[in-house]
Amino acid sequence: MKFEGTKDYVATDDLRIAVNAAITLERPLLIKGEPGTGKTVLAEEMSKALDAELITWHIKSTTKAQQGLYEYDAVSRLRDSQLGDERVNNISNYIERGKLWESFEREKRPVLLIDEIDKADIEFPNDLLLELDRMEFFVYETGETIKAAQRPIVVITSNNEKELPDAFLRRCFFHYINFPDEETMKQIIAVHFPDLKGRLIQEALNVFYEIRDVPGLKKKPSTSELLDWLKLLLVEDISPENLKERDPSKLIPPLHGALLKNEQDVHLFERLAFLARRERN
Amino acid sequence: MFVNFFHELKSANVPVSLREYLTLLEAMDRKVIEDKVEDFYYLSRSALVKDERNLDKFDRVFSHVFKGLDSLEEGDIAQIPEEWLKSLTEKFLTDEEKAQIEALGGWEKIMEELQKRLDEQEKRHEGGNKWIGTGGTSPFGADGYNPEGVRIGQKEGRHGKAVKVWDKREYKNLDDGVELGTRNIKMALRRLRRFARHGQPTELDLDDTIKSTAHQGYLDIKMVPERKNKINVLIFFDIGGSMDSHIKLCEELFSAARTEFKNMEYFYFHNCLYEYVWKDNKRRHQERMETWDVLHKYPSDYKVIFVGDATMSPYEITYAGGSVEHWNEEPGAIWLERIQQIYESAIWLNPVAERHWEYTPSIQVIEQVFQDRMFPLTLEGLDNAMKELSRAS
Repeated sequence: MKFEGTKDYVATDDLRIAVNAAITLERPLLIKGEPGTGKTVLAEEMSKALDAELITWHIKSTTKAQQGLYEYDAVSRLRDSQLGDERVNNISNYIERGKLWESFEREKRPVLLIDEIDKADIEFPNDLLLELDRMEFFVYETGETIKAAQRPIVVITSNNEKELPDAFLRRCFFHYINFPDEETMKQIIAVHFPDLKGRLIQEALNVFYEIRDVPGLKKKPSTSELLDWLKLLLVEDISPENLKERDPSKLIPPLHGALLKNEQDVHLFERLAFLARRERN
Repeated sequence: MFVNFFHELKSANVPVSLREYLTLLEAMDRKVIEDKVEDFYYLSRSALVKDERNLDKFDRVFSHVFKGLDSLEEGDIAQIPEEWLKSLTEKFLTDEEKAQIEALGGWEKIMEELQKRLDEQEKRHEGGNKWIGTGGTSPFGADGYNPEGVRIGQKEGRHGKAVKVWDKREYKNLDDGVELGTRNIKMALRRLRRFARHGQPTELDLDDTIKSTAHQGYLDIKMVPERKNKINVLIFFDIGGSMDSHIKLCEELFSAARTEFKNMEYFYFHNCLYEYVWKDNKRRHQERMETWDVLHKYPSDYKVIFVGDATMSPYEITYAGGSVEHWNEEPGAIWLERIQQIYESAIWLNPVAERHWEYTPSIQVIEQVFQDRMFPLTLEGLDNAMKELSRAS
């Protein structure tokens, strides 16, 4: 199994190597990076490229590690027992499988995405250490040990909201998705908008990187925002000349809503435009 | 294998463990990568570095340890000049000279000699910038073509090449506390969290309900209060004067603290804390609050953070009447001590870089008053400050 990127996803060399190392050595792959640089998409594309099923486990602040293994539905067993249901005698009727268990059961090696692991409680990764290491766990209620038929390919994404414990990190391969440089960005655009005119791309990229360079932005626009913006430019049929117009009073690019997601950032741009206009007069 | 590299990483404070090192070796053993330096760089980075803050350190160590690694690429280098030289000879050499080359053992032989010389020189000048053919030792001079040719070949092959990935140091600004953004600050502030269940029971405690129901024999519902961050924070900002140059940083800290702590109160002061503080800097002379009122109002479990450059005349801290703005009955140090008596955890965050602290006496005075609990306003400093705050209670 080797990952080479797909026709919809541009994988840089370093990303490719990290992914392949994780696949070959059967270790989890931890992906970090600015929001919007394609962390979650990577897992989807991996599953496509490797022709493996994708099992996604979205983590929330209330998620417990146990929920990934299994949950014992005591309440419905209690209810069934009061209604005299037959099922109540077999406790395994009330064990609900979690995502990890699901991925352990697959015949073919699946891709398990643990999305935004940093959202959960700080102890969460530690609670999963052993399970991810040995790919097995014990079900107390039924007394059985669940062991992975095939070690799933585990991809973990993090937005850096919490530090992950060292013991956990040591077991992973790590990749930081850097913000793509202009060349890579062109490739990414070519993948998403194959028939976009070269000149428009160039102008749009110039505007985009200029915006990213404005100091003091709360949220710098990232790849996914650029793609959205390009889509809008296409729909609205904005010409490259329009973008090229470097009139200082029109500092705010057309359809900026797709790029600037923060009121304060838009204000910042308006202020800059205002200053530019005043200087000219 | 690479033990040296591993140790260098360790001594550069990149947190690497034996386990990660073995992982790297295992990956090499399993032929995850082809024999390319770049690939090895990517693989080792992915296996050994687990935090983007350490990527830059890693790059520096890598470039240091594998400095002479270029010479492994000699194979490539020798190929370029060979073609180049061949065409050159055809152009410039007379038939007679070509015959002479044949006499020397033919073109192949000469190229072999060149390769050998290249190796030798490479070793002698490892990492240096001396070209083959300089100093008149080249046997090729006599053959009638310019030894400069070799130089050009080498230049293209080796030194004209784009900078090595690890020398680009793309991750420079992810390193440590150099750059503080609101998001980074929020992350650091998040260390100061203590969840507790407090107040009205509004959530169903499923486990307890089941236990209790089994115990009682009837449905016995148990409720618990919602889990909340119970940390209360009181922040005092120094404002005006020498603090003007730190405004942006303080703004960011403020907005991050605002979103991170639900129970946060803030007040402004100038240079040092005296008997008055205020909440609106524009109306500081009309709407001010007595510091005593503040101290009485907020209970002692509040965490107190001072933000200021502590740069002033030492008299402003230690003498009554030392304030530059008004006549203060009691010296600022008394007020600062009072705060520490009432609130168990109080710290001072200083936007001035730590290495400059020793040159400003007033910073030392305040550091002393705060019993060394003054931290620089960098990511690392903020981290330590939050640790200090959550330690005591």
